[in-house]
Amino acid sequence: MNLPVPALNADSKPFWEAARASRLLIKQCDACMRPFFPPRHLCPFCWSDKTLWIESRGTGTIYSYTVIHRAPAPEFSGRGPYVVALVDLAEGPRVMANIVGAGALEAAVGDRVKLCFEERGEGWKVPQFERSAS
Amino acid sequence: MEFSLRNRTAIVGIGESDIGKVPHLSGLGLTAQAAKRALDDAGLAVSDIDGLLTAYSLTEPFFMLGTVLCEYLGLKPRFCSSLVAGGATPAILLGHAAAAIAAGQASCVLVCTGENRATGMSRDTAVSSLAAAVGHPYFEYPYGNSIPGCYAMIARRYMHEYGITREQLAHVPVVTRQHAAMHPNSHMKAPITIEDVIASKPIASPLNLLDCCLISDAAGAFIVTSADRARHIADRPVYLLGVGECHTHEYIVCAETLVHFGVMESGQGAYRMAGLGPDDMDLAQLYDCFSIVPILELEELGFCAPGEGGSFYAAGHAAIGARLPVNTHGGMLSHAHAGATGGMLGIIEAVAQLIGECGERQVRDAHTALVHNEGGVLSSNCTVILADQPR
Ligand SMILES: [Zn+2]
Repeated sequence: MNLPVPALNADSKPFWEAARASRLLIKQCDACMRPFFPPRHLCPFCWSDKTLWIESRGTGTIYSYTVIHRAPAPEFSGRGPYVVALVDLAEGPRVMANIVGAGALEAAVGDRVKLCFEERGEGWKVPQFERSAS
Repeated sequence: MEFSLRNRTAIVGIGESDIGKVPHLSGLGLTAQAAKRALDDAGLAVSDIDGLLTAYSLTEPFFMLGTVLCEYLGLKPRFCSSLVAGGATPAILLGHAAAAIAAGQASCVLVCTGENRATGMSRDTAVSSLAAAVGHPYFEYPYGNSIPGCYAMIARRYMHEYGITREQLAHVPVVTRQHAAMHPNSHMKAPITIEDVIASKPIASPLNLLDCCLISDAAGAFIVTSADRARHIADRPVYLLGVGECHTHEYIVCAETLVHFGVMESGQGAYRMAGLGPDDMDLAQLYDCFSIVPILELEELGFCAPGEGGSFYAAGHAAIGARLPVNTHGGMLSHAHAGATGGMLGIIEAVAQLIGECGERQVRDAHTALVHNEGGVLSSNCTVILADQPR
């Protein structure tokens, strides 16, 4: 079974369409200037409806993680044990992603990670993270 | 003076359905069985019920569950609703029942929840439908996280910040199973050891199978009425002294930290209304969907200092007969878990303890009890304080 492709609504569509072009977009409030995730119609800090999309530099640290041994749905069963992590982006917001690549199963809290993209079919890509070399 | 629900209402009847695998009853049937037992326990007639509150069902395709239950039970109440706040729902419903009675919207409210999670859907369907319900459908689903995965990330961060150990986590299911063995209706009673928990199948590191709640067929019900009326109905009404709530986020990616949740604010609201504090509680029924959860709830509810919940369990303080008996019926880890009914059964056990009906698991001198329910990923929180006398 194939890994799932992203689901679209008016909040998520710009995010996932940018990901197709290997860009990680987050929203920033144009009034209080705070960045936030997930994207939404207004700023959750000051309720301004003037928000901008900004591109993340794609670096961050692992806030927490787990190795999933029992997949929650059949699409993920073929993946074997895999890491789900909460990554604090350098810009501030926290995102969820898998840690992929070399040494992924040895991930630890505080590890520095960098952005990569995983293809999911039909041109869809999802932002993922790899552990940084240093 | 601030409006308060303290001492205004009481629970006058409790009922628990058959628990475990009950394939001959639907989710509605289980709920009806629990409701009938609660009504019989109260010694009331069906015609006395003029309000119904319930939760939701993921196993059966009913949208307006409150209305569906009125139809199923042949009730035509003047007050009815169904509320969806995950595991926090039953405690919130108790508060809503009390508020409705205080406001004159109803005089006698049946609060009931139930689902056939064990036999009404396959285990795989149960796991995936829950993950879909809790993970963000647009931003989390592509990453294959699970509900155990959410709580595992909490446990991992907690271990990182406080140095809590794998062994300390394992103490939670072990003592909870000991309590379950003393309840005739528990789903799982076979004794387990620390080694069993640590050697059980990995689900989402650091959590193993025995760190995770059961999937049961179960329902529960209780009946709430005014304190004045309760004294004429029940030999030993159980009074609602305090209720507090706090709702902070839905999805784990939006939790500000994974070591502090709205449990604390919810508990403080309940303590404030009751005019009591943690030292006044004789027992606690905490939410225990995963072994990490009662540990952090002990801390946030003020029963021990931050970071000490694990050593509290490891020292045996949560056992019946010890400092603060926790989950004396066996909790969701061993007694039963079926959607909103996990927390419901904690409320029922608190009432049973306060009226002294618990046999070999009875806590001595149990006069005041705290129950904490949470839903989502510690997203919605509700704490209630119950007592055998008005205070
Ligand atoms: Zn703003």
